[in-house]
Amino acid sequence: MSDTLLQIRNLEVDYLLDKGAFRAVKNVSFDIGRGEIFGLAGESGCGKSTIAFAITRLAKSPAWIAGGEILLDGRDLLKLPEGEMQKVRWRRVGMVFQSAMNSLNPLMRVEAQFHDVLHRHTGATRAQSRERAEAMFKLVGIPTGRLSDYPHQFSGGMRQRIVIAICLALQPELIIMDEPTTALDVVVQREILEQVIDLQRSHGFSVLFITHDLHLMAQLCHRIGVMLKGELVEVGEVRQVSGAPAHDYTRRLWNAIPQLPGRPELAGGVA
Amino acid sequence: MNLAPNLSLPAVEPVIRLENIERSFGAVQALRGISLSLTPGRALALVGESGCGKTTCARIIARMDRPTSGRLSFRGRDATATGTREEERAYRRDVQMVFQDPFSSLNPVFSIDHHLSRPVLLHRHAEGKAGVAEAVSTLLADVGLDPAVTRQKYPHELSGGQRQRVNIARALAVQPRVLVADEPTSMLDVSIRLGILELLARIKRERSLALFYITHDIATAAHVAEEIVVMFAGQMVEWGDTEAVIADARHPYTQLLLSAVPDGARPFIIGESARFLERAEKVRALSRPTSTAVEQVGKNHFVRALAAQN
Repeated sequence: MSDTLLQIRNLEVDYLLDKGAFRAVKNVSFDIGRGEIFGLAGESGCGKSTIAFAITRLAKSPAWIAGGEILLDGRDLLKLPEGEMQKVRWRRVGMVFQSAMNSLNPLMRVEAQFHDVLHRHTGATRAQSRERAEAMFKLVGIPTGRLSDYPHQFSGGMRQRIVIAICLALQPELIIMDEPTTALDVVVQREILEQVIDLQRSHGFSVLFITHDLHLMAQLCHRIGVMLKGELVEVGEVRQVSGAPAHDYTRRLWNAIPQLPGRPELAGGVA
Repeated sequence: MNLAPNLSLPAVEPVIRLENIERSFGAVQALRGISLSLTPGRALALVGESGCGKTTCARIIARMDRPTSGRLSFRGRDATATGTREEERAYRRDVQMVFQDPFSSLNPVFSIDHHLSRPVLLHRHAEGKAGVAEAVSTLLADVGLDPAVTRQKYPHELSGGQRQRVNIARALAVQPRVLVADEPTSMLDVSIRLGILELLARIKRERSLALFYITHDIATAAHVAEEIVVMFAGQMVEWGDTEAVIADARHPYTQLLLSAVPDGARPFIIGESARFLERAEKVRALSRPTSTAVEQVGKNHFVRALAAQN
């Protein structure tokens, strides 16, 4: 199974509450292939972000992984010692979150933030980091002269691209993108995602793309999983999930987003 | 320049009319020559990217900000300058706002009943305990909430969608003529957005409200509004009947905006990113300079010409 990068097997995540455990992720299993863009759709609270946090083992208490396996290249991440896990995070599995653009350190020049990450994970020198940062800036279309700027000098869309660039600098095999463009307007969203698609093609990494917007997801993912109340209710090729969804909820999700008048209806036109 | 960018046909007298409104913050011209009218029973959507001046425009209409120049008229009378206490009160009663964040716009220590009785009492729309209670129940039922269940609840006991309904009910309690809704659904879950949009459309119809709907999402704008204004960098670039603007977009920025709306039927093409970025950058650069030439391309469809390039 060398072309499967990530296998999630019977994953169960609980949130421990006063009244007992609330199961946020129920027996979820799916695979992400090498070089595949896998989309996870669903509304807030369905457990899709909880899965993202579980993969990187960043789920914080009261979240608790109750069962299952998360295999990266056949190794169960849930069983790795924390020290080993730190080598996986960013190095092999990168993360870009919705508010990622606000996760840049406002007191550090962008260049220094590149160095911070690269030095920690690869032991790069300042000169090496600078070179890598310049290459990454070119890749995401930001003039390299702006590397010495501070985060507040960039627009939201540019900051989000910087986070993606920092993420790519370590050449991870999998990038988890949790609503990476939800806070941005449609034109900027399109600009960023078009770039992600092209970079994915040229670099060959896999993507776990999480969003509530099925239409957006269908534009860039190869396969889509739909979640409802902690369960994965449907997984399939984009064409199948958009053309002939098997689950009623998938159809409802398709129809939940107002479309421009005059566009062909997806999801079999079922209202 | 003399093609007055009049948004509404003069069949119904507009409630609010902006004429050539400018607003500057230091060197930044946030609004440049905004002219539009809000008419009873109709919705006008203001669409544009973050930072284009949409919210500044809403704040001027809601009287939370003053224009640097230009004229604001309210029911046919000039209301640009601060009026008497009585006039200001009347204005605020008639223009109510629904904010983007349903979580921070209700006071966590008061019940829903308190939130709704206060405006009813303050504006003397009901008298006596029973009268107020009845008014509150009617309001809650009007926005699709069960009065018996919701009245005694506190904001934290409601979902985002329910809270936004309470916010709409609170605005309606004042019995306004104009409702300004600034991104009312962007912080809500996908599955409940449509419900809120339909609620806004219904109350607009039933109460002959003029609805000013602000969004960055042109698809939802098309869903609720009869008329649409596309704004970029503080200028109205294209406006008119929603159908005309969407079916026959003339301004390059409107076309860019429409092409970027997610469409599941049209997957991204590998290798396109450089072209799209280049196009977006070019359109932004073209649309930014001030231009005063406006062309009428349909009965109610106007486009701002691009500034001459040298």
